[in-house]
Amino acid sequence: MSILVIQILNSLFYASVLFLIAAGLSLIFGVMRIVNMAHGSLYAIGAFVTAWMISRAIAYEVPVGLAFLLIPVGAAAVALVGAALEPTLLRPFYRRAEEYQLLVTFGLLLILEDAMRFVWGGLPLSADPIMDLFPIIRFGGLIYPGYNLVVIGVGVLAALALWLVIYRTRFGVMLRATSQDRRMASALGLNVGMVYVAAFAIGCFMAGLGGAIIVPTQAAVLGMGVDALVLSFVVVVIGGLGRLQGALVGALIVSFVRTAGIQFFPEIELAVLYLIAAIVLLVKPTGLFGSA
Amino acid sequence: MTSDVSRVSYRPKLALAAVAVVVLIILALLPRFVGLYQTQLLTYGLIAAIAALGFNLLLGYTGLLSFGHSAFFGIGAYSVAFLLRDAGIHSMELYILIGLPIAAVMSALFGYICVRHTRIFFGILTLALSQVLWTLAYKFFWVTGGSDGLRVARPTLLAGMFTFTGRDAFQRFIHGYYYYVLGVFAIVVVIMWVIVHSPFGKALQAIRDNETRAAFLGLRIHRFRWVAFLISGTITGLAGILWVPLNGLTTPEVLYWTFSGEIVFTAILGGFRTFTGPIVGGIVFTYLKTYAVATTEYWQLLLGVVLVAMVILLPTGIVGGLVALIRKFQPKDRPS
Repeated sequence: MSILVIQILNSLFYASVLFLIAAGLSLIFGVMRIVNMAHGSLYAIGAFVTAWMISRAIAYEVPVGLAFLLIPVGAAAVALVGAALEPTLLRPFYRRAEEYQLLVTFGLLLILEDAMRFVWGGLPLSADPIMDLFPIIRFGGLIYPGYNLVVIGVGVLAALALWLVIYRTRFGVMLRATSQDRRMASALGLNVGMVYVAAFAIGCFMAGLGGAIIVPTQAAVLGMGVDALVLSFVVVVIGGLGRLQGALVGALIVSFVRTAGIQFFPEIELAVLYLIAAIVLLVKPTGLFGSA
Repeated sequence: MTSDVSRVSYRPKLALAAVAVVVLIILALLPRFVGLYQTQLLTYGLIAAIAALGFNLLLGYTGLLSFGHSAFFGIGAYSVAFLLRDAGIHSMELYILIGLPIAAVMSALFGYICVRHTRIFFGILTLALSQVLWTLAYKFFWVTGGSDGLRVARPTLLAGMFTFTGRDAFQRFIHGYYYYVLGVFAIVVVIMWVIVHSPFGKALQAIRDNETRAAFLGLRIHRFRWVAFLISGTITGLAGILWVPLNGLTTPEVLYWTFSGEIVFTAILGGFRTFTGPIVGGIVFTYLKTYAVATTEYWQLLLGVVLVAMVILLPTGIVGGLVALIRKFQPKDRPS
């Protein structure tokens, strides 16, 4: 029984990280109609920046409790990177064919992957002292790290905050208006350029937060972004590109299937995920929550 | 209609054939003047060109951007490895004769699923399906060798007329294999040229340019896209078949989606709006990547910068840029 509880918690933990990445990807697609292939790399940057800052801080004998606060700082750093990238690199491509948009973000992926190798070297970077900050929880003979519950909580909070921002604030109205009709929004006096920068930065912040909160539990390694990108594609394809609730449900489905897969059919665990994505695309190309 | 055809001038076509023959002769003579390493590199380049030619039937002529062509390249490569290991086949011709139908069947299967969608959904669907193959190759290590991959020995060429054992085997293989690949390459170029200039090829371009109008003309859009996908995947599979004896090893990396990205890159680099673009792209990309890997640890960065710069400054690719340059210097009043 307790093993089941642990597996459910593991799934929720994994879902919360995947949601953070996929929600950013989905938000960027929803507003700018661009599929950002470099999104996984932004998640990896979040992980690297945070792990680097935390290990520096601990080397300078900053209390671990304060170092924990560096996690949102790492996410904010990725948001800054995003805010710099959108107007310079991506904006010229909104009017161009989809192929070029994909290619320019693919080029960006290659650049960012090597930029990380250049800055942080090829070795894994970890921030595991943060794990010790939280007590270990015992479930009838089994133990579970308390930090993982924090990650689940952050995922839930992020989903709530994003929902509030998009559906309950003035900025959210601007965002949705721009998403539905860019030219009309612009004609009504919205500063569409600012909305784009903000949306892209929020998307990057989410990806960066995903990387930042996962780094105490597993080290930041090169290539983690490329793997995460394909999985978040699976998530948004299942849930529907550009849909917030789709990213949430997609992340839950992918995580639970994956946890069950690791338990029962480890060889084809990933293949099953990709097949689910392919089947959803075939049956309902706009995803479970999408509308044409 | 016949009267129209009879009025067509054959001069441009003859000129084109002459240029093609000259290029072929230069390529055939090249190994006499360059070293073994350059010959080997050029062979890789020709194989990349074949893969990109196949890929470009979809991107350039049908308007579908596949981000999963690594699947067919990998199917070709792994077919050869399985034929050698499980059937003990050493003949290159048998590899091609058996490998091509396998690639064709898989392309038909993937295509049947994928062509129901266009644009970004087509791209993601091809990517997801190719990733299925990647995970299978990666996880079923007792069949595929996992991340170690499978080794492939040097095959015999032309029904056993050329075998490569004993003294100077490597040198003789590189030379012999270059001409082999060059021959296959020439055949593929002719086949693709005929396809894209046939009524079928024109129909694909009509569908690319305006799907609705093409449908009103009575074209069965899905059928055409499916056949284009099948041909495209099969030709890319052929490139995989040719690649693996030269490389001597196939690993799941050739199935991973970033390798599909490289195929896309190749076509864009040369210019996907022209027939010769992918050929130039394949050769240039091979040299670019080889030298980038040899000179810097950060070769991905270099490739990324080149890709972004190409997309921004020269979206029509190398060949497209050259054509524009030539047009600029031509007198404008000349009858075309």
